[in-house]
Amino acid sequence: MDGRRKFLRNALAFLVSGSALGGVLKILPSSALAKEASRTGKWYGFGVSVDKCIGCTRCVEACKTENDVPKEPFYFRTWVERYIIRKDGEVIVKAVETKPEGVPESASDREVLRSFFVPKLCNQCADPPCVQVCPVGATFQTKDGVVLVNEKTCIGCRYCIQACPYGARYLHPETRTADKCTFCYHRVSQGLLPACVEVCPTQARIFGDLNSGASVMARFRRMNKIHVLKPALNTEPKVYYAGLDGEVR
Amino acid sequence: MTNEIFKSLSEILPQITGFIYPNEIEIHWGMLIVVYPYITGVVAGAFILASLVKVFNVKEVQPLYRLSLLTALSYLLVAPLPLLSHLGHPERSYEMFLTPQPSSAMAMFGFVYAWYLMAVLLLEIWFVYRTDLIAWAESESGPMKWIHKVLSLFSKDRSEGALAFDHKALKTITIVGIPSAFLLHGYVGFIFGSIKANPWWSSVLIPIVFLFSAIVSGVALVILLYMVITPLTGGKINMKCVDKAVDFLFYAVIVDFSLELVDFIHRVYQSEEEIKILSEMVMNKLFMSLVIIQVLLGMILPLGIISVTKIFKRRFSLNEDLRKMLYFISVLLIQFGIFATRWNVVIGGQMFSKSFRGLTTYKMEIGGIEGLLYALVLLVLPIVILTVLLKILPPWKEMKGEGNGKELTGEAPLGGMHAPEA
Ligand code: SF4
Ligand code: SF4
Repeated sequence: MDGRRKFLRNALAFLVSGSALGGVLKILPSSALAKEASRTGKWYGFGVSVDKCIGCTRCVEACKTENDVPKEPFYFRTWVERYIIRKDGEVIVKAVETKPEGVPESASDREVLRSFFVPKLCNQCADPPCVQVCPVGATFQTKDGVVLVNEKTCIGCRYCIQACPYGARYLHPETRTADKCTFCYHRVSQGLLPACVEVCPTQARIFGDLNSGASVMARFRRMNKIHVLKPALNTEPKVYYAGLDGEVR
Repeated sequence: MTNEIFKSLSEILPQITGFIYPNEIEIHWGMLIVVYPYITGVVAGAFILASLVKVFNVKEVQPLYRLSLLTALSYLLVAPLPLLSHLGHPERSYEMFLTPQPSSAMAMFGFVYAWYLMAVLLLEIWFVYRTDLIAWAESESGPMKWIHKVLSLFSKDRSEGALAFDHKALKTITIVGIPSAFLLHGYVGFIFGSIKANPWWSSVLIPIVFLFSAIVSGVALVILLYMVITPLTGGKINMKCVDKAVDFLFYAVIVDFSLELVDFIHRVYQSEEEIKILSEMVMNKLFMSLVIIQVLLGMILPLGIISVTKIFKRRFSLNEDLRKMLYFISVLLIQFGIFATRWNVVIGGQMFSKSFRGLTTYKMEIGGIEGLLYALVLLVLPIVILTVLLKILPPWKEMKGEGNGKELTGEAPLGGMHAPEA
């Protein structure tokens, strides 16, 4: 009897401490990375005008060159998706390869209802799950809201890759560490634009400080109906899409 | 190295169906991460079986007590290996101890592991074997004498008081141990269950499903080992004990099965955004490993066999040898089933795209660190360790005990003390 009582007591203590631990785990990331705190100072964001993208993938090439992303088609910091929505409701999606012949023919097809390109990149989430799960803190968020990977401390466990809902990360085959878009942090911190924004011929991509009141970024957010990817996951993406179709995930 | 990676990824390309994000072609957690939860599951399950004897006073399974503790230890010693070997930079793994990130479930691994190894398993085994170690050290000569002497940490006290303390300590450790075993494996479940990006994993039920499947795998494995080892050492299988353990296993499988069924019904009924791609995955990519191996061969068939055995045992006092064989087949099937469960969770969770529009495929390598051969080595290694442990810390006198509810006595030449009672 005594033993059983002791067991119950222990079990109770375990449950209480367990749920307390769970509570802490929940609170920690959101308080540590409070989005509101950074409303002063720079807080970088990105804008994509879906209707302006012509699927030329110059951004993809520029990114690969600028950031030493392996040329093979398994590693992308940014990529462009092509959506073809047919009259019967079927949705066809393809990642546009970096060579023009990869773009599927479809303009002449009468069955096509609408078709468009969607550039994708790391959303630099304000509440990033990738940062939350990294066991060693190698993935972190800078004061100006950019999520970076420290390749000196990353142990290559790939937990962050699993935790990113957008497929924005890959394991770099040479460094064996996690890698992804940095908003070209090395350029941005010198006042330059990210490489993809720089080369986009239609200005489908824009970049800027979300806190600044008078900038391209501010204008973009004022003039457009804005949507973000997978808002239900509460990651608070900072890549804002204008004219995003509901089929895009 | 990189060229090999590119080559194997290109081979996957033609097998992709629908659309997947271009970074998703590579399956990041492979065979090693399948082996990892399988191993920790066995640890937790074997320990829970041992606790049955200690805390819940199930005297019939006393012959399995020490064997389950040693099994748990052998598997626990191997548990970090698959994790370490799958890292891109294993040499940096110490960072997890030095600068753990408190919000990361994975960062807790080292601490949960160390706690379980040091505070629970090693301690419990030491107290269980302490008096035996002293006796062995006294009666033997040569290196074994010294091994046992060192293992006993040079303790010599065999007085009434010391024995009483052993009992008390054991009880406390087991009581702390049960929640710890739950923690160890529930935690592994949480690593998957807390990933909101992945609807196949993200479920509150996952840690609990993991726990019960852990109990199932651990108990089944200990029964299997007992049925193999006992004849090898010239002993006779104690059917009372096996019957009882199989009883317990039977209920654990039923709970496990019901939990997974609830999860399944819940998903299908709620039918959220991801349901189409998940059912496509189950029907195409996981049909063999999930429907056939995990559910039919790993759960329903053994449940059927055991129920038949139970019914006929009562009615027609089913022949013992036949019973043994049926049990043996069941526990073997259950092992495969649980391994398939781990496979379906880990690999299945990475085969569908997070765009919910397509599926990739897992290409099993044979050689190499992520390959089949290395995984087999990791699965055999605990058995090798167990063999060594059985030499150093023989549990025979207990395993050959009657286990019919009466107090077990040790073999006279080996000290003649009582086996620790519950
Ligand atoms: S998009 Fe993915 S990688 Fe980028 S911050 Fe969000 S979770 Fe992290
Ligand atoms: S792969 Fe690197 S950055 Fe990603 S979670 Fe693991 S240690 Fe952190």
